[in-house]
Amino acid sequence: MQADLSVILPEVILSIFVMVALIGAVYTTKDKLAPVLLWVTAALMVVLGIWIGTSGSGTRVAFGGMFVDDAFSRFAKVAILLCAAAVMVMGQEYMSKRGMLRFEYPLLVALSAVGMMVMVSAGDLMSLYMGLELQSLALYVVAALRRDSVKSTEAGLKYFVLGALSSGLLLYGASLVYGFAGTTLFSGIIEVAQHGEVSLGLLFGIVFLISGLAFKVSAVPFHMWTPDVYEGAPTPITAFFASAPKVAAMGLFARVLHDAFGHAVADWSQVVALLSVLSMFLGAVAAIGQTDIKRLMAYSSIAHMGYALIGLAAGTELGVQALLIYMSIYVVMNIGTFAFIMMLQRDGKPVTDIRALNQYSKREPGRALGVLILMFSLAGVPPMLGFFGKFFVLRAAVEAGMGWLAVAGVIASVIGAFYYLRIVFYMYFGAEGDEVETNRSPVLMAFFAASAAIMLIGVISTFGIEGAASAAAAILVH
Amino acid sequence: MIGLEHYLTVAATLFVIGIFGLFLNRKNVIILLMSIELMLLAVNINLVAFSSFLGDLVGQVFTLFVLTVAAAEAAIGLAILVCFFRNRGTIAVEDINVMKG
Repeated sequence: MQADLSVILPEVILSIFVMVALIGAVYTTKDKLAPVLLWVTAALMVVLGIWIGTSGSGTRVAFGGMFVDDAFSRFAKVAILLCAAAVMVMGQEYMSKRGMLRFEYPLLVALSAVGMMVMVSAGDLMSLYMGLELQSLALYVVAALRRDSVKSTEAGLKYFVLGALSSGLLLYGASLVYGFAGTTLFSGIIEVAQHGEVSLGLLFGIVFLISGLAFKVSAVPFHMWTPDVYEGAPTPITAFFASAPKVAAMGLFARVLHDAFGHAVADWSQVVALLSVLSMFLGAVAAIGQTDIKRLMAYSSIAHMGYALIGLAAGTELGVQALLIYMSIYVVMNIGTFAFIMMLQRDGKPVTDIRALNQYSKREPGRALGVLILMFSLAGVPPMLGFFGKFFVLRAAVEAGMGWLAVAGVIASVIGAFYYLRIVFYMYFGAEGDEVETNRSPVLMAFFAASAAIMLIGVISTFGIEGAASAAAAILVH
Repeated sequence: MIGLEHYLTVAATLFVIGIFGLFLNRKNVIILLMSIELMLLAVNINLVAFSSFLGDLVGQVFTLFVLTVAAAEAAIGLAILVCFFRNRGTIAVEDINVMKG
C-alpha cells in the first residue's frame, strides 16, 4: 500500500491541493483569490513536472498493474504539466481583463491535468476510463466557462455531447475487450492478443477503442467538434485544448495500442493509417476557406494530429519516438501561436479575423517576424523545427515499410502550407485595412518570443528531447 | 436457456439505439442526454454479462465505476444545458447553430 501510494504521489499531491483550494476559495474571498490561485497552481505544476522529470529511472507498477510509472508516462506527464502551467499563466491577463478569471478555472485545469496524468499512466481499462473521464468532465466545464456568452456555452454543449458519445464508444470497446480477453489489465490483454489469433470480438473491441480515442485527439472522421469548440471557447482555453489534452490523448493512444495490443500491430496499424491520412488531408483542405484564426488553428491541429498518427501507424519503436518528438514540437509551436492570437485586439476586444493582420509587418516588424517563424514551422518549412518533427514521423513510416503513408504526408503538407503562408502574405503584402492593436503584455510576449526562438534554436539542439523520447519509446514498444 | 449471446444482443441493440438517438434526434437536447445514458447502460449490461460468464468480478467493479461517472456526466451536462438555455432561451437541437459546423 505504502509503495503503491508513493508511485502516485504527484497525482495525489495535485488532487489534494485542488480539493483544499476549492474549499478554501468557496469559504473565503472567492474570485478575488483567483489570480493568486492561478499562479500557485501553475507553480505547483511546474514543480511537479520538474520533480517527475528528474525522479529516477526505471518502471514502477502500482495497484496490481493498474497504474504504471515508466519513462513513457514521465515524458508525457512533464509535457502535460508544463503545457498546462504555461497556458494558464499566459491567459491570466486576458481572462481577468474580461472578467472570466474565476477561481474554478485554475482548479479545473489542475483537475484535468490529474486526469491526463492518470491517462498516460493507465495500465488497465478501468484506470484508462477513469483518467479519461476526469480529464473530459473538467474540460467540458472549462469550455463553457464564459457563462454569459452564447458561443462559449454552445461550445461547451457541443463538446459535452460529442465527448460523451466518444466515451460511450470507448467504453463499449473496453467492455468487448474485457469479455473476449477475460481481463482488463493491459499486461493480461497482450498475452491474449497475439498476432493472427485475435478473435473477432476482440477486433471489434480494438476498433471501438480506437474510434473513442480518435475523438479525443480529433482525428477525422471524428473531428466535428473541434472547429466549433475552438472558436466558441475563450482563447486561453482554446490554447489549453490545443496543447495538453492532445499530448495526453496521444500518449493514451500509444499506451493502449502498444501495451495492450503490441503483439497484434498488423491488426490496428491500417486503421490508424487511415485515420492519419484522412486527418492530414481534411485538415489541409478545410482550413483554406477559414477566416477566423481560431477555426484555422482547429483545422491545423486536426492536420497535425494526422502527422502524429503516422508515427503510431508505423507501429515501431522509431514511430513512437517520432510521435513523442512531434507532439513536443507541436505544443511549443501552438503555445507561441496562441500567445500571439491573445495579443490581437481592437478597442480592448479580442480580434480573431485573419484579415486584421493586413500590413501587420509595417507596424510591428519584430512580432511579424516571430509569426513568420511560427507559421513556417507549423507548415514544416525546412530551417524550422516543425520540419524536423515531420521528418521524424515520415522517416518512421518509410522504415516501417509504409512509404505510401509518407508520400501522402508530404502531399498534405504541401497543400497545408498554403493557409499558413497566406497569413504571412497578409502580414507582409496585404491590402491596407482596419488596423489591429497589439496587447503589450510582457508575459504573452515572453511566451511568444520563446516559442519562436525555440523553433530556430531547436535545429541546433533539441534540449535532450530526442534522447528522452527514445528512452520512452523503448520502454513502451514490445 | 438465456445465454451470453442474448445479453450481448440486447446490449448491442440498446447501444445502437443510443447512437441513433444522438444523431437522428432534432428536437430536444434532453433526449441527447437520455441517449448518452442509454449507451452507458448498454455497456453496463455487456460488462455484467461478461463478468458473470467469465466468473470474474472485475467487470462488475467496472460497472460501478461507469455508473458513478455516468451520474457525474449527467450532472455536468445538465449544468451546461442550463447555462445555454439562459443565453439562448431554447434547448432545441436545431437551434445550437451559432457556429457553423
